[in-house]
Amino acid sequence: MRLTWRYVTKRAMSNPSTFTSSAHAFYAGVRSALTSVFFLVLMGTYIGMGALAHDFGLSPWWFALSTLLVWAAPAQVILVTAVGAGATLFEAALAVTLSGIRLFPMVVALLPLLRGEGTRLRDLLLPTHFTSVSMWVESLRLLPAVPRERRIAFCNGLSVGYMGTAATFGFVGFYLAAGLPPLFAGTLLFLTPMSFLISTARNARMLVDRVALVLGLVLGTLLTYFQVELDLMWTGVVGGTLAYVVHRLREAVA
Amino acid sequence: MSAIGELSPYLVLILAGYLPNEIWRVLGLVLARGLNEDSEIVIWSRAVATAILAGVIAKLILFSSGALANIPLSVRVGAAVCGFLVFLLLKRSVFAGVLVGEAVLLLGGYLFVH
Repeated sequence: MRLTWRYVTKRAMSNPSTFTSSAHAFYAGVRSALTSVFFLVLMGTYIGMGALAHDFGLSPWWFALSTLLVWAAPAQVILVTAVGAGATLFEAALAVTLSGIRLFPMVVALLPLLRGEGTRLRDLLLPTHFTSVSMWVESLRLLPAVPRERRIAFCNGLSVGYMGTAATFGFVGFYLAAGLPPLFAGTLLFLTPMSFLISTARNARMLVDRVALVLGLVLGTLLTYFQVELDLMWTGVVGGTLAYVVHRLREAVA
Repeated sequence: MSAIGELSPYLVLILAGYLPNEIWRVLGLVLARGLNEDSEIVIWSRAVATAILAGVIAKLILFSSGALANIPLSVRVGAAVCGFLVFLLLKRSVFAGVLVGEAVLLLGGYLFVH
């Protein structure tokens, strides 16, 4: 995978300094999205989530709109399951906003790379909305090689490539789930929890993240089983804070 | 507090999905001055987000609905555990882990039905 990635990057990014126009940079961004490893990741994730939307009785257009507006897979899964399970509006919004806090530092880290002489606030509105894990990781990696005056266009192209991929495969997943026999539809539905479990574990670089993952699995199960209200909010706040305390205690000892 | 079912799903999408999520991006744009990846508040917020996501994962696997609920709980848990172990054993490959988890689920589900 790594070899292909490097090869693909090299091709897509051939002479980024020669982007003659913003359109050219935008197009290069789209192309580098469609040839990056995140294309496959988004494909699998959104097929699973499209199937999930079908399972919870939502329309494929509703799900596509959630991809364009929310543009964060975890928040979308929370929203779909909350709507499907008949949670209150307040409960769903609370869980979504807690899952979204992580976007704040991502935007903060990304914008300095995009800002240049004469960049207006409104030029940064789209990249701000587009900020999500896939786009962020790739932007931080690729942007330094792009001339500063073309970076926003490149970044927007990259994001449009990713968002288009996600929206398209959301539809694919939805209609696959609608048409497949139950066993295969069940397998599609399993794609979301399985891939999220593993990718979260993979992204957990620090002890605090691993502890939070384990505590979240345990607390989420217990609170759902005992039908505690606002279960996701408590899972996040209690599990996350306990994990953070473990991290601080360990640092204090070291 | 109104149950979500009574509202238009598109209104719910805006109120419970778009706005509570987008607020953090907008705050990042407005307050974008020096906050590094390793600051304590960032570490805490990442832990909270991870725990919430883990809670959703547990719910989807253990308290499944629809087509996935037809596959027995033991098969679902077994598949998740197998997939995770393969991920750990095979150089932390997400792809291999997901593939094995799915294969175990399919096989277990098939054997259960027949």
